[in-house]
Amino acid sequence: MISLRNVSKYYGDFRVLADCSTEVRKGEVIVVCGPSGSGKSTLIKCVNGLEPFQRGEIIVDGVSVGDRKTNLSRLRARVGMVFQHFELFPHMTVAENLVIAQTKVLGRRREEALAKGTKLLERVGLEDQADKYPGALSGGQQQRVAIARALCMDPICMLFDEPTSALDPEMINEVLDVMVQLAKDGMTMIVVTHEMGFARKVAQRVIFMDHGRIVEDDQTESFFRSPRSARARQFLSKILRD
Amino acid sequence: MYEYDWSSIPGALPFLAHGMRVSLEITAVAIVVGIVWGTMLAVLRLSSVKPLAWLAAGYVNLFRSVPLVMVLLWFFLIVPQFLQDLFNLGRATDTRLVSAMVGFALFEAAYYSEIIRAGIHSVGQGQIAAAHALGMTRGQALRLVVLPQAFRNMVPLLLTQAIILFQDTSLVYVSALADFFGAAYKVGERDGRIVELLLFAGAVYFVLCYAASRLVRRLQRRAAA
Ligand SMILES: Nc1ncnc2c1ncn2[C@@H]1O[C@H](COP(=O)(O)OP(=O)(O)O)[C@@H](O)[C@H]1O
Ligand SMILES: [Mg+2]
Repeated sequence: MISLRNVSKYYGDFRVLADCSTEVRKGEVIVVCGPSGSGKSTLIKCVNGLEPFQRGEIIVDGVSVGDRKTNLSRLRARVGMVFQHFELFPHMTVAENLVIAQTKVLGRRREEALAKGTKLLERVGLEDQADKYPGALSGGQQQRVAIARALCMDPICMLFDEPTSALDPEMINEVLDVMVQLAKDGMTMIVVTHEMGFARKVAQRVIFMDHGRIVEDDQTESFFRSPRSARARQFLSKILRD
Repeated sequence: MYEYDWSSIPGALPFLAHGMRVSLEITAVAIVVGIVWGTMLAVLRLSSVKPLAWLAAGYVNLFRSVPLVMVLLWFFLIVPQFLQDLFNLGRATDTRLVSAMVGFALFEAAYYSEIIRAGIHSVGQGQIAAAHALGMTRGQALRLVVLPQAFRNMVPLLLTQAIILFQDTSLVYVSALADFFGAAYKVGERDGRIVELLLFAGAVYFVLCYAASRLVRRLQRRAAA
């Protein structure tokens, strides 16, 4: 469903991504981890073309992301993304956040979009919050709305960029629960996170990045049992300790 | 000791009120046109078509670097000719009001565009990324996500600029157009009571502008709460 072949990206002379290759099959859940600044965000932003890259190739559902002729807006409409800081639109109610792209991008009728939004709000357990503004919700609630907003577009896959790292500890689980359920329902997901409990529970594979390289790309079990690189071992022992 | 005599004011009130209407009309047109054209300029400056961005930047910098009174005089001199030629109006047709409106609108647009540009920059990159991630085009992201927030963030500055604009409309006296200030001056000249009339006009400007700026501050506090 998603394949990266020798993707490299530069900011000037600085190489942010170095020769990254991997495959994500339909229904697979991949966790990406690694130290801060290792290029995790950049990598998943390349997948939906939010960041351009200079070398290599990314194919999402048969569409080449780097190809100039690709209609990136149309591709992005089919790839859900959830951000660390939620990025709900603060000038719109929760309901409006869920409806706007459905009507303006997919051309759905408003009633249809509202019905879809309501259904997904129920799915994330926030059906009673539709008329509030995002600023009136807790972080965990905002992130669940953000997930619902992405799901409203009927995405073929979902990208998560550290969805719980801006949350107070007591709110992390409400978001992870939604994500676990999503994974169990068969959604294809790439999740940048340091929540190793989540990785163990639902991820088929774990990718470990360092200095813009994919250092490990392993089955979840073997990644935790015996990480091959010293860097990954060191990283794991550090985050599993705290 | 100067003997104040306010007696010419009551009789002149209808004339002064008409002058106030002229001032408010010029202000309203300049605000509406200035914000619309200013928004377009701000967006053009962000355009990836470089010549468009340069033209918009040139426009803004030009108008911000010349005195308003000069711009107005310029418009009083050229716009009448232009309108008269365009619509085949007689030389006697009074186009000063339209000239004033055009001059103010074009001048204010430069200032409004700077405010709106700052507003656009105040909207985080993450919001734009989120809009794009939902499949919005650049235009949609701008219209649906960035500009509404830019305006919301800039409401106090836009209103403050409107208050300044209202005060500046008094500059149309250079064309002898009877706006509020011009009307007051004329009455004062007629009755030899310029001091009284100017004090009165000043008091009216002060009350209106001070009340308006208090209102803006209240709004600002409410928005911050
Ligand atoms: N716009 C940019 N210009 C220059 N360098 C950048 C830019 N964005 C990110 N970087 C650099 O790219 C590297 C990878 O960033 P990022 O993908 O955000 O890492 P991670 O998500 O793993 O923390 C970092 O070293 C960061 O400083
Ligand atoms: Mg990151």
